Parts: sequence; C-alpha cells; structure tokens
Amino acid sequence: MDLLVEIKDSITVQEAVDFVESPSCGGVAVFIGTVRNQTKGKSVQKLYFECYTPMALQEMEKIARHIQQEMGIQRIAILHVSGEKLPGETVVVIAAAAPHRGAAFIACQYAIDTLKETVPIWKKEYFEDGEVWVAAHP
Amino acid sequence: MKVLLFGIAKDIAGAPVIQVDAPVEQVAALREYLYGRYPRLRDLRSCMIAVNKVYAADGDALQPGDEIAVIPPVSGG
Repeated sequence: MDLLVEIKDSITVQEAVDFVESPSCGGVAVFIGTVRNQTKGKSVQKLYFECYTPMALQEMEKIARHIQQEMGIQRIAILHVSGEKLPGETVVVIAAAAPHRGAAFIACQYAIDTLKETVPIWKKEYFEDGEVWVAAHP
Repeated sequence: MKVLLFGIAKDIAGAPVIQVDAPVEQVAALREYLYGRYPRLRDLRSCMIAVNKVYAADGDALQPGDEIAVIPPVSGG
C-alpha cells in the first residue's frame, strides 16, 4: 500500500513523513494542523474531536486515492486525531511525496481543503464561558 | 430502523442512536421525519444522511439493515 489513512488519539508528523519517503520522490510536502489558542478573540481551552470513524476513513481514503490517481503523487499519508486536544497539539497531518515538489504542495492543499468539506469529523471548541460545535449553524 | 447521530445532531437528539419506527423509505422522507421529531436540526447549516457509510442523495431508497447516520456540518482539520 502506498497510502496511509488513520484516526487515533495521538499522531506525529514523523510517522507521516516516514511513511511517504521514497527514493523515487524528490519532494515531500507536509501540512500540519494544530489547535489554535483563540477563535475570534476568545481564548480556546481545548477542542474535542468526534469521528464517525469507519466512514471518515473511507472518505480520507477517497481523497488519498484521488490524489494518487489524478495529481502525480506516489505516496500519501493523511492522519487525524479523535478525542480531546489542547492548544498547540497536532490534530491533522498530511504528507505527500512526489518526484517533484509542485505536485506535493498542491496535493497537501487539496487534501486539507477536501477533508474539511467531506470527512465526517466534528470539532467542539471549549471556551471559558461555554462550548460550541464549530460551523454547525449558518 | 436505527439511526446514528454525531456532533451537534447527537446533542440535539440527546442520544448517539435512535430508533425510527415510522415508515420512511427514502432519504428525503427520513430527513423530514427527523426535522419533525427534532426541530432544531432545521437550524443547522446542513443535515446530510449517510447510508452504509456513503453520503446519500434525497431520492435514495432506504433498505432494512442499512447503516444510517445523520451527518451535521463537518468541521475536521
């Protein structure tokens, strides 16, 4: 297999990079998503990620396969966390390896943009004065 | 049929899984049933239905034994 999709409690950049590195690929691009410490000026205490894991993995694999078949990427890893995360912690890592750098940059952007639109994962933000499911309401 | 709920939809229903005994045979009919039972679902930016872990269209049929899930607006990443 030359793609890796995983959802688990804790992820590292290194495991994604280790998976995609290959002698035939001269470019590896990585996107790292972390917990921001504020939203619209309000301090964020923590995030909680809920996943419909079997469907989320299927949707992540669709993204990975599209990237490999249409975007010139040889190896791709998409990792996402579930559960509680504190500001600064890593919540998503995407690594793409290609013979040349251009395809790798484009693939990372496509993967994170599409993940945010299609993968059934939900984020709740906890503030000092309450909590909210992100982007649930218009 | 059983219906799985996630995120804010789970909070609105007050349960991660609900039993639906109404005779709903299509995705659109299920959504209307859910809107009637949980009116706050109407306030969401979107309310997709997944059948067997795939996003379903309004006209898709529901079969006994399908794994059905309510997918409120996703916000991963």
